[in-house]
Amino acid sequence: MEVARYWRTTKQRYQLVGEKCPQCGRRIFPPRDVCPVCGHEARTAVQFSGKGEVYSYSVVHVAPEGYEKFVPYIVALVRLAEGPLVTAQLTDVDESEVWIGMPVEMVTRVLREDGERGMLIYGYKFRPALPVNNQAPQAAAQPMRTPLPKANGVHPEPVLQAAMP
Amino acid sequence: MQLMKPVRPVGIIGYGAYVPRYRLAGQAISELWTAGNTPPPVREKAVPGLDEDVVTMSIEAARNALARAQAADPTFDPAQLGAVWVGSESHPYAVKPTSTIVAEAIGATPYTQAADWQFACKAGTEAIQAAIGFVGSGMARYALAIGMDAAQGRPGDALEYTAGAGGAAFILGPSEHALVEIEGSVSFVTDTPDFWRRQHEQFPEHAGRFTGEPAYFHHITQSVRALFAQMGLSATDFAYAVFHQPNVKFPLKVGEELGFKRAQITPGLLVNEIGNAYAGSALIGLTAILDIAQPGERILLASFGSGAGSDAFCLRVRRSLPTPHVWTTRTYVDRRVPVDYARYARLKENYIL
Repeated sequence: MEVARYWRTTKQRYQLVGEKCPQCGRRIFPPRDVCPVCGHEARTAVQFSGKGEVYSYSVVHVAPEGYEKFVPYIVALVRLAEGPLVTAQLTDVDESEVWIGMPVEMVTRVLREDGERGMLIYGYKFRPALPVNNQAPQAAAQPMRTPLPKANGVHPEPVLQAAMP
Repeated sequence: MQLMKPVRPVGIIGYGAYVPRYRLAGQAISELWTAGNTPPPVREKAVPGLDEDVVTMSIEAARNALARAQAADPTFDPAQLGAVWVGSESHPYAVKPTSTIVAEAIGATPYTQAADWQFACKAGTEAIQAAIGFVGSGMARYALAIGMDAAQGRPGDALEYTAGAGGAAFILGPSEHALVEIEGSVSFVTDTPDFWRRQHEQFPEHAGRFTGEPAYFHHITQSVRALFAQMGLSATDFAYAVFHQPNVKFPLKVGEELGFKRAQITPGLLVNEIGNAYAGSALIGLTAILDIAQPGERILLASFGSGAGSDAFCLRVRRSLPTPHVWTTRTYVDRRVPVDYARYARLKENYIL
């Protein structure tokens, strides 16, 4: 894959920088410069908090090229605290520990390497939220095995194509 | 010799640690290679996940340091960092800075200095020394110095028992907002070939017992004694001491030689739980101390890097800062997922497929 494409998306991949619609206030990720809801131009960069929860997930056993060494790994739809739904790998977690509604947080990890001689590609993944100091791990909380109700009556947005698989 | 002290006072305004979650027991290594006949020098060591390296671990430690700096000084902004310096002996690229990736990920680009430092296990304190000078001279208001390693040890070698992973990040800045003031430092360096890794080699070589007396013990005692002499201090003036931690024995022994009691050393002694984090070893020990230290207390930090040298620092805690929203070093040390040797070999990519 071309170096230029990675280079253009470093801010969104490393830092979860998206956009805010000046018209309707909607947060947009990944950045697309046009609000997917109201169609207004939206170019104001906003850094997301990195907090979210698992909306749905699947386990990849047969990986696309470049991801073979990670199998089996988990790809999830993560509902970010600011609203958008993003596709990303989960990390630091085993399949048996994942549940729908699990609180997760963004970490910057190695997504893949472009062969032995190519670039190392870094980007966002999500891991189970680490407990805040001296509290019981959140993973021990009651798992929710059903999809979450729609928060505040807001309809889930369509799944936007994330920068990386 | 002269005590190193900047023109204007410099302190640590934020710090953060990182340790990956996997652990391999020393006993597993002993059983695989010596039928369990070698007593392991550490109980277990930290192992990075398949998607972790010095870049990703540095980013997380740096984000923790930024969170503490923002709590200490609400006007602090990562764009004000005049330097992002990463010391390591496992930079993922041979040519291409780790530091630019870290700087981009934490929002310090584009107007900043960025460089990777290399001096075996003291690459991190080397970056701190430079950062003190950079801030203390007024060239930058803030500088970020990181010591981080995904340590390498050849399978079956003595180093495999201890080669761990992790490290810490420090934001140096003017001492008025600092959590810790740096009262003075000393660097002591000689050409001592106790441990090295040649270009294109995957694992380091070492000179066996030579790594002890003429290397580790000589350099640390010389740097610390010079610091004591220059500052008119002795071991009893310090609440804590933290040394480079290649195993459990060495830091306790060098501490004793310098007049420290075990109770001053154990709060920062993490090697039994995470192994030797090379350039991150002494520095992550320091973060464990900073998590519990009280205002007014003095801390001695003395690194050791093969090749060889030691940086000794006299630190004084100015204020304690409650930052319950930032993970402590203990949170990372206690977050552990034990793995067996087979899974470890997979994580280290030691299988040839």
